[in-house]
Amino acid sequence: MSPATALRDQPVTDDLVEAHGITPAEYQRIVDLLGREPNVTELGVFSLMWSEHCGYKYSRARLAELPTEGPQVVQGPGENAGAVDVGEGLAVVFKMESHNHPSAVEPYQGAATGVGGILRDVFTMGARPIALLDSLRFGELSDPHARYLFRNVVRGIGDYGNCVGVPTVGGEVVFDDAYRGNPLVNAMCVGLLRHDELTKGATGAPGNGVYVLGASTGRDGIHGASLLASSELSDDTLESRPTVQVGDPFSEKLLLEATLELIERDAVIGIQDMGAAGLTSSSSEMASRSGTGIAIDVARVPRREPAMPPYEVLLSESQERMLVVADDAKEPLLMEIAEKWDLPCTRIGEVTGDGTWRVVEDEVEVCSIPVAALVDEVPKYVREVGRPAYLDEVQAWEPEEGWLAGRDPLDDLATLLAAPTIACKRWAWEQYDHHVQTNTVLGPGADAAVLRLRGTRRGIALTVDGNGRWVWCDPRTGGALAVAEAARNLAAVGAKPLAVTDCLNFGNPEKDRVYYQFVEAIRGIAEACRALGTPVVSGNVSFYNESSTGAVHPTPTIGMVGILEDLEKRIRPDGALPGDILVELGGTGAHLGASSFLKEVVGTVAGRPPAADLEAEAAAGDAVRALSAAGLVRAARERASSSPSSARPASPDDGA
Amino acid sequence: MNARVEVFVQLKPGMLDPQGETLERALESMGYEGVSGMRVGKWITFAVEGGERAEIEGRVDEMCRRLLANPVIETYRYGLAEAGLEETAADGGEEAR
Amino acid sequence: MSVRIGVVRFPGTNCDRDVFDAVGSVEGSEPVWLWHKERDLEGVRGIVLAGGFSFGDYLRAGAIARFSPIMEEVVAFARRGGPVLGICNGFQILTEAGLLPGALMRNDRITFVCRDQWLKVETTDTPFTRHYSAGQLVRYTVAHGEGNYVAEEEVLDRLEEEGRVAFRYVDETGAATDAANPNGSLRNIAGIRDEGGNILGLMPHPDRAMSELLGSGDGAPVFRGLVEAAA
Repeated sequence: MSPATALRDQPVTDDLVEAHGITPAEYQRIVDLLGREPNVTELGVFSLMWSEHCGYKYSRARLAELPTEGPQVVQGPGENAGAVDVGEGLAVVFKMESHNHPSAVEPYQGAATGVGGILRDVFTMGARPIALLDSLRFGELSDPHARYLFRNVVRGIGDYGNCVGVPTVGGEVVFDDAYRGNPLVNAMCVGLLRHDELTKGATGAPGNGVYVLGASTGRDGIHGASLLASSELSDDTLESRPTVQVGDPFSEKLLLEATLELIERDAVIGIQDMGAAGLTSSSSEMASRSGTGIAIDVARVPRREPAMPPYEVLLSESQERMLVVADDAKEPLLMEIAEKWDLPCTRIGEVTGDGTWRVVEDEVEVCSIPVAALVDEVPKYVREVGRPAYLDEVQAWEPEEGWLAGRDPLDDLATLLAAPTIACKRWAWEQYDHHVQTNTVLGPGADAAVLRLRGTRRGIALTVDGNGRWVWCDPRTGGALAVAEAARNLAAVGAKPLAVTDCLNFGNPEKDRVYYQFVEAIRGIAEACRALGTPVVSGNVSFYNESSTGAVHPTPTIGMVGILEDLEKRIRPDGALPGDILVELGGTGAHLGASSFLKEVVGTVAGRPPAADLEAEAAAGDAVRALSAAGLVRAARERASSSPSSARPASPDDGA
Repeated sequence: MNARVEVFVQLKPGMLDPQGETLERALESMGYEGVSGMRVGKWITFAVEGGERAEIEGRVDEMCRRLLANPVIETYRYGLAEAGLEETAADGGEEAR
Repeated sequence: MSVRIGVVRFPGTNCDRDVFDAVGSVEGSEPVWLWHKERDLEGVRGIVLAGGFSFGDYLRAGAIARFSPIMEEVVAFARRGGPVLGICNGFQILTEAGLLPGALMRNDRITFVCRDQWLKVETTDTPFTRHYSAGQLVRYTVAHGEGNYVAEEEVLDRLEEEGRVAFRYVDETGAATDAANPNGSLRNIAGIRDEGGNILGLMPHPDRAMSELLGSGDGAPVFRGLVEAAA
């Protein structure tokens, strides 16, 4: 019997525990925490909350190394999304998240629901989403399956964001055989609010009501969060298609408007997305933040399918739902606003004072677990692992004397510019509405997107960047360079970097090589973030990005937000005129290790990436901004950019 | 009667159907020969309660004209079947997968 | 006294704020929200149906919106000669409601398309286009999945004869080529007007062409014309 069909009376056997991805030691810990054996529903709940996806059991200790503070930080990690101050009483809320495994199984719905989830993370904070960006990795375009994934992921992102009405203003797409069996789909959302509108996922006092707002609950993604996102992809994963969530962007739009109206009119105490990990995760996390308990009657949760046992109601990942807390005084307004937006809103339980996460079905108790056991007692694994041998081999690469003899530089340049990773991505971004909301000063195809902040002279600049090849060749330097390059992207439009959201895509952390890459990359990111003054305010870890073809390149993706105090002083990417002087600022001299040239032209992935000179990075960024403020810069480009335009944009129709 | 209704909506003959053409080209490139005239439409199913058959047909036809199809570009046809006890029970007690 | 212009909001309308701002930028105008569930036009003298996905548009764009309570009033207002502008999803709703002929099918490229687009102003004989010169080239943004304008040949011929094609997709030289056509629209039609000239529907977004900062200010005359006609 699969976990998805397990009913409430099923005995908890060793096999069942193993099928839930819980080790014998973890099971013993559960028994100790409860003071008894869990029932099958509780087992499912622990398996979800203690999965890497929800509980960050392999990454939490390492993530603590990242800097998270700074005068600009309004909200650091721990909430649905982070926030930074952008002046004039405004704050920008942002986060990036992965939806890799759902997209591998069903690229259209996987990508669409990835966008839906990240939008909800931002608007539950009270911020109106004003921009989306995405960072995508596929196998080489010559592979038909990669073309299929690329085509449908792009369509999924577009259809969802376009319908909700949030512009997709930037992003990156990389094609590399390393991602053949396991694509990466990372979506970043940026929202805007006034400081006083910031809302948290809190429960308030005992006695407050707990409500489900939005879509009814079906069997979507049962155990998606723990079994899909926390285990490697195998060919069997294709069989898990029925559990993939289906997105409904129209419902999302209703939920967005209703949520913002609820917050604006002070009709809620706390609100939390029920996307990944569903009712269980949202309710226990809210209770944990407020130090309260919560009691839920699953029989009151509106369902799309009959005969769903509590196990399924609790673990369902049906999309476009919110968990809302309100008191009796606010309830009438809550109901009025829900009705205005034609959204069902049902009271399913209440906040309690006993610190227990309690679930009943009608009168019968189904679960009774200390909130702390679910949220705070997640096992944390810290390992010390040695440097993997492959690095020595890769880094030993040195160009041989005269290795470029006989090459035609112009031919090679043409090859490089035609490589799908470097070619223009117009095929993709023309499918994204990048103008809706009319704030887009600079849209896709540039180093960074620039948005105006209405009613001010200010603008914000946004970028996503990551280079898995560099991290693979040198995890620490590669991690630092991802941050440095994002900062350079912002400098290229004249913006000052403020803060970072990261999406850390790695293979199976139980393998030493992957764990080493992860630990070192985080070190590099932390060093660069400190040097460049950009704390990490939100993020996401995605492990187990592996398939029968091996682990993906370790790919931390950095989303960065910057500020332009005066939009008129921004640097335009295409502002150059004939006769203008071209200057290279900073720069590392000639460097070909781990380069696109080696990969795309020579066909080798080897060598070390350029060294990360973080002081020089910071100085170069300051210099560009100073030159720009003095009116001396007409145009700028980040040097490692992909091509803004090429005769032949990369599309899935290529390479056939 | 209680009826199970099926409505089929298709682009009018002669109207360009980009989806159909794209699928046809895809099948061709996959090596399927001799495929032609591919059209993509919509298949809509629902239940209608109460009334004589002719009356239900009239209502369904009106639904098609007013909402389910756009007469400017689309044609439609529909079928009715009496919802039997068996079918109702099967729907009500459906156990997914 | 300022002229009240209604901006209709369906739950999935997402260019409502853009249009509200565009209307509000015209001196002497006062934009007013009109909620789809209401029947009261709140004394507005002109109406804009903004872009978006009114009810998700899963069946056909605009198919459900036309049956909402506010649309009965909008149709009556238009039939009385009141100025009504439908942009993108608004154009789709106007055709579904029978206020403009033809229909908007899925783009011939199948996919959604968002890009800067040159347009040729084909008629200045509407309040919305009177501030342009005939044949003028303007640049708006297009952003739609179902913008492929179709109508029967006789209908198209009549639209042409009566000068009711308002905008055509063209390249930067003004040529109505296939390459310049973003969605497969017959005869490169981007927008049309009704017989009376008080109703205009178009797929491209003048509401997104209101500021050089964002790339184009070419859309402003449309809203100026609307407000003047409503005054």
